[in-house]
Amino acid sequence: MANKPENKIIVVGGGLSGLMAALKICEGGGKVDLFSYCPVKRSHSLCAQGGMNACMDTKGEHDSIYEHFDDTVYGGDFLADQLAVKGMVEAAPKLVKMFDRMGVPFTRTAEGVLDLRNFGGQKNKRTVFAGSTTGQQLLYALDEQVRRWEVKGGVKKYEFWEFIKIIKNKDGVCRGIVAQNMNSNEIVSFPADVVILATGGPGQVYGRCTASTICNGSAVSAVYQQGAEIGNPEFLQIHPTAIPGSDKNRLMSEACRGEGGRVWVYRENPETHEKERWYFLEDMYPAYGNLVPRDVASRAIYKVVVHMGLGMQNPNRVYLDLSHIPADYLERKLGGILEMYGDFVGKDPRKVPMEIFPSIHYSMGGIWVDREHHTNIPGLMASGECDYQYHGANRLGANSLLSATYSGTISGPESLRLARSGKLGDALTEAELEAARKECVEEFDRIRAMNGPENAHQMHHELGDIMYKYVSVERDNKGLAQCMKELHELLKRWENIGVTDHGNWANQEAMFVRQLRNMIIYAMAITKSALLRDESRGAHAKIVLKSDYDQWDDAKKKAFDEKTGKYHFDAETGRAMTDDGNDDLVFFGRDDEKFMYTTVVSFDAANNEPEVSYREFEHSLIKPRLRNYAVAKKE
Amino acid sequence: MAEQKKVRLVIERQDGPNDKPYTQEFEVDYRPGLNIVAALMEIQKNPVTVDGKKVAPVVWECNCLEKVCGACMMVINGKARQACCSLVDNLEQPIHLAPARTFPVIRDLLIDRSVMFESLKRIHGWIEVDGTWDVKDAPIQNPHTAETAYEISHCMTCGCCLEACPNVGPQSDFIGPSPTVQAYLFNLHPLGKFDAPTRLNALMEKGGITSCGNSQNCVEACPKNIKLTTYLAQLNRDVNKQALKNIFNK
Repeated sequence: MANKPENKIIVVGGGLSGLMAALKICEGGGKVDLFSYCPVKRSHSLCAQGGMNACMDTKGEHDSIYEHFDDTVYGGDFLADQLAVKGMVEAAPKLVKMFDRMGVPFTRTAEGVLDLRNFGGQKNKRTVFAGSTTGQQLLYALDEQVRRWEVKGGVKKYEFWEFIKIIKNKDGVCRGIVAQNMNSNEIVSFPADVVILATGGPGQVYGRCTASTICNGSAVSAVYQQGAEIGNPEFLQIHPTAIPGSDKNRLMSEACRGEGGRVWVYRENPETHEKERWYFLEDMYPAYGNLVPRDVASRAIYKVVVHMGLGMQNPNRVYLDLSHIPADYLERKLGGILEMYGDFVGKDPRKVPMEIFPSIHYSMGGIWVDREHHTNIPGLMASGECDYQYHGANRLGANSLLSATYSGTISGPESLRLARSGKLGDALTEAELEAARKECVEEFDRIRAMNGPENAHQMHHELGDIMYKYVSVERDNKGLAQCMKELHELLKRWENIGVTDHGNWANQEAMFVRQLRNMIIYAMAITKSALLRDESRGAHAKIVLKSDYDQWDDAKKKAFDEKTGKYHFDAETGRAMTDDGNDDLVFFGRDDEKFMYTTVVSFDAANNEPEVSYREFEHSLIKPRLRNYAVAKKE
Repeated sequence: MAEQKKVRLVIERQDGPNDKPYTQEFEVDYRPGLNIVAALMEIQKNPVTVDGKKVAPVVWECNCLEKVCGACMMVINGKARQACCSLVDNLEQPIHLAPARTFPVIRDLLIDRSVMFESLKRIHGWIEVDGTWDVKDAPIQNPHTAETAYEISHCMTCGCCLEACPNVGPQSDFIGPSPTVQAYLFNLHPLGKFDAPTRLNALMEKGGITSCGNSQNCVEACPKNIKLTTYLAQLNRDVNKQALKNIFNK
């Protein structure tokens, strides 16, 4: 094809979503500049363990795509855009076949077809897997295909480059980025037709989490500060089973429970008064047992350990037990992660129960995008965990590898269509490119010269402590308001950071200082959204306080009193608790009338403050119903 | 309360690729389960040497801290390994950290392993699929072969085997055990087989499998317990067969 203009797309991030988008762009005849913090083969997608959901229906269970659709929407507590979810679950089996052709060593049955396993919130076997390192294997397959395109000239990789910000043309269209070489510290502007962010989740805002050290949400925060809207940031998934650590909470896959693992604590039997193992998830949720969705399991563990005082205390832990399962079966299905537990804890999970506790794991929220993955800034797209699409208020296990991959198959081709639409206005001028670069150079120079008494890494630790304290499994309005205050203080203290490395070569410290500011600002978007959402839905569970109750009108008070039965407000904390002798916390209910809307957050630069509004989304296909995992799902 | 137990680290540092290496010693508080990455993170929070000198924090590479990404490989007490899963409890003190000097040093413990990713291009390290679009069902695979593929596919390009191999270095062009064995992985796949001759021919060239001296260090060094020597031997046979085919098909 002669004289066809060459379209250049910048993809930031080389996890599953970024790589998938890059492949699609190359296949469509475009060129990709691929930016990443690290060699893309080391991206965080490889930490996913358990598998990827797709209705393969090879277990004689009559699984259907509709069932996958319904499980996802129901599991997400009816906050996910249903048309987007429908597209994803329909594509899932095809994506599995694509990965199979690419050479992913999926675990197979005796007959040689792909094996399936159980996963949380789903009654049918629907999860394809490669042992317990599925993410690693899927990422490698895409990494290999992208390397092939690199050889063919379609992809140019910028590895060890950090995205700093986008550059808009005079019409406000995103037409390039500024990035920094993390080794030479050189800062450069790059023009493009369209920019796709695929930069992953913001787990590092919480410090200790299951995310890699590179998952800091810094890029998302940067574009948020440049006008991109954030959707549903208050919905953060807390994975029930992680191995707590001082440097990182390491994930212990849901596949453990999918393969028969059981969660328990010791308790005194209420009738016989003998010490016994209490399989509390099986007791509380007979229909789904250990395979309730993650938000439900994390709340149950929290209740049993923190409020009932059972399980190991100080530090808090419960048991995740595989020791009743034959060792050779475990080796074949879960080998990789059992080895990891042994490496880091020094005990053999084939013989003794593992000690685990919930940890921040995944962000359902992220950059607001439409179903084609456009942000509200023309020319800027987002896909993968960094966007807010597909999972609503809670993500089902094994849907993240799916959404990461699928979103890349949408954002990639769509970016090319946009590049060829003629709607992008002018390319950036040399002067615009240089102005943006200069601004970033000056900022970096200022950071390198910072000479205050505060240490950035110490402050990052504090940020994590604050967020875990106030915006975790159970939230209340008093704590969330206090959290906003403390975050503003932290942001002020950021100015007083001192760096010991003033150099301009592989200066990781100065780059971290820049990221830290972005993390604090993103933390505010999470917290403010949680503060304003007066309901409980999915991962966002809010306790009713006396101060909340006092502000309600009489009708609302009456409805609450009737629904709750006998309760009291705790004198010290003001929290509503039941009178039945258990002192169970009383949470806000789900409020579809007021809150079945997407939270949309914009940045108010003058006050460093998030501005929250609510937006309609598509939910006409499956009528909302209350979630109850104690009984089998009814449609 | 008993006195806080300390961990002493002797770290080989280097300011830039062409600068001279020097060592600095640090002490961090001991805690159970402490690993080397966590110890380096403690130094970041308080970058002061045992002599009380405030210095730039130590530079290194890490991501996942779960022994899957391969980033944090360094030489710890003389042995190339992942820092994240190197528990202080299992190491003799003081603990010596040094960059893996088989690779160019960028700064401190941060090294440049791009040569490994380049080698994956050389061995044709991918399956030639028609495209990412829907084509047809993927071929059925023998589950036992798939298990072998799964084992090899754990290779995280960390470079431990290259650092341990006496034949990788300025004296030789050997691309090293890890990228070589990846050729075997792709040759196992029912579609990957189609291009097996391309990969085997690539391994006949300079720096290919004939540069392997069979010292067997790699299999000892591999943090993922991949039976590297087994697959190198198998590849050697395949390359020889291919060489004969090439002669007879001329």
